[in-house]
Amino acid sequence: MKPVFAMLTALLLLVSNLAKADLTIEITQGSDRAVPIAIVPFAQQGQANLPENIAEIVRNDLAHSGQFSPLADNALIARPHSSEQVNYRDWRAVDSNYLVVGQVTPEGSDYRIQFELLDIYGERRMLGEVVTVGQNQLRSAAHYISDQVFEAVTDIRGAFSTKIAYVTAEGAADSRRYGLHIADADGHNSQQILTSDEPIMSPAWSPDGNKLAYTSFETGRPAIYVQNLANSQRVQVTSFQGINGAATWSPDGRKLAMSLSKDGQPEIYTMDIAAGNFQRLTNNSAIDTEPDWSPDGESLLFTSDRSGGPQLYRYDLSSGEAKRITFTGNYNSRGRFSPVGEDIFMIHRASDGYHVAKKDMKTDRLTVLTETRWDESPSVAPNGSMIIFATQEGNRGVLGVVSADGKASYRLPSAQGDVREPAWSPFLN
Amino acid sequence: MQFNNYVKSLIVVVALAFVAGCSSTGGTQDGSMDGSADGAGRQGATTGQVGGTGMGQGQGMQGQGQGMQQGQGQGRIPQQRTIYFDYDKETIRPEFESTLNANAQYLRSNPNARVVLQGHGDERGTREYNLGLGERRAKAVERYLAVQGVSDSQIEIVSYGEERPAVDGHSEDAYAQNRRVVFDY
Repeated sequence: MKPVFAMLTALLLLVSNLAKADLTIEITQGSDRAVPIAIVPFAQQGQANLPENIAEIVRNDLAHSGQFSPLADNALIARPHSSEQVNYRDWRAVDSNYLVVGQVTPEGSDYRIQFELLDIYGERRMLGEVVTVGQNQLRSAAHYISDQVFEAVTDIRGAFSTKIAYVTAEGAADSRRYGLHIADADGHNSQQILTSDEPIMSPAWSPDGNKLAYTSFETGRPAIYVQNLANSQRVQVTSFQGINGAATWSPDGRKLAMSLSKDGQPEIYTMDIAAGNFQRLTNNSAIDTEPDWSPDGESLLFTSDRSGGPQLYRYDLSSGEAKRITFTGNYNSRGRFSPVGEDIFMIHRASDGYHVAKKDMKTDRLTVLTETRWDESPSVAPNGSMIIFATQEGNRGVLGVVSADGKASYRLPSAQGDVREPAWSPFLN
Repeated sequence: MQFNNYVKSLIVVVALAFVAGCSSTGGTQDGSMDGSADGAGRQGATTGQVGGTGMGQGQGMQGQGQGMQQGQGQGRIPQQRTIYFDYDKETIRPEFESTLNANAQYLRSNPNARVVLQGHGDERGTREYNLGLGERRAKAVERYLAVQGVSDSQIEIVSYGEERPAVDGHSEDAYAQNRRVVFDY
């Protein structure tokens, strides 16, 4: 059967901005290596009651990263709002390595936000910048400040201005509603972009952050769709007999890798999106699924149970050979490359359940990162520092985030229903 | 494509039902599509509820099969339409062979009937891999039916993996009820 290319303006199914079901962050574990930093509430010039608390958003962002340990409000020894007002010795006395100060000034309907990052022990200004934004961009501005501070201190690009996509399921087993959502990386500003009575699975961001690929069962059969996030238009890219699933994008955004069972059992295919043609990569009687493209675009990671249980394999696109790369334990699946470095993240089954684990490809070492027992769907932040995943809390599906070293973690539960299948966006700015 | 086949088969079934309704002498009007499909003259073969029983909504999923218990044997969609599997297995358990045999017999004697075999798993493990496991179970059933002489053109497989559990919960009992293949006529 030829793939069906149908432009669908899915009017009935697409609902934007309808359901505001933000996720809220609960910190579960802090890192012992976190760097102490003081973030002083930003001074507000002019009118009172800024709709967002900039310093608090920055403090939360930095705390969630696990790399910073922001001082509590009552530990702030002074309330400066510019570097001239800072006495470095005071801040050494409270063991703060860094200090963020700033002020907000209304400018017509906009806000002018000035912020500085100071190195307390080096007694120097590391950053000093002014950003001017509209009222509804105050959160974005705060995340921008977090990104700048994070990068100045750690030398790693901050990922606080990114987004996440996720799937929700609400209602009892026989009357379930499924939703596909996009939210800021901290769970705020959620938007529902698709809703259906049938399952929605495997959202995957295009490398430019403008589109999502996903599997929807809305016709009673699984099909892969690509939806443009700006205008909600979408294309059904596959609707073969059998499984149409696990789509992920090539780094250049031109191809999708996916699992299709049209020829018998699930095999890995790549699809040239513009040309609409398919290339089959695997050929055996096992389940081959969950492909992920390497950052250099030269190989694909995938899950196969050709050896018995599911294990991760790496397919070299030039040689056409697949090599098994996990050997610890009898269940390793849903592998994801770190966008930086040599790590691969996956779901690993241990004696007490399913955990997010990391395999260091240099040392071959596999490390379990989580203590939660029902983990699924790991997705790595574009800077490689954090992994978002789905897990269970009580009887509900929630999202969890763990740092790449396993030292810090937090959860993103929703107010109601199950949350699952998170996908972390690429850098968007 | 599949949908077209389905529509065609429905049209055939409805047409046969109409013929059957005309020729039967006071059928029981129980309104199931199935009895009609294997020809005229069979009792209870009239119209109605084509969508209701055919689409396998709600109660059909649970294998409870309401409103179709009156027939005796091959003219009816079998009441038992769900079979269950062991953890990580697609082996047909002996206690479900009678269920499969009844469905095979129905499909054989109703060549126009179509069924979607829905493959399901429990929630453990990763979602996309579980789609594969659900499909394996449905294929095991398809092979069993093929051996029983059912044409593969009557069968379509849709795997839901862990996406549509029959029951909520994280107990072994819930898992056992969720690892299943459902005959969705």
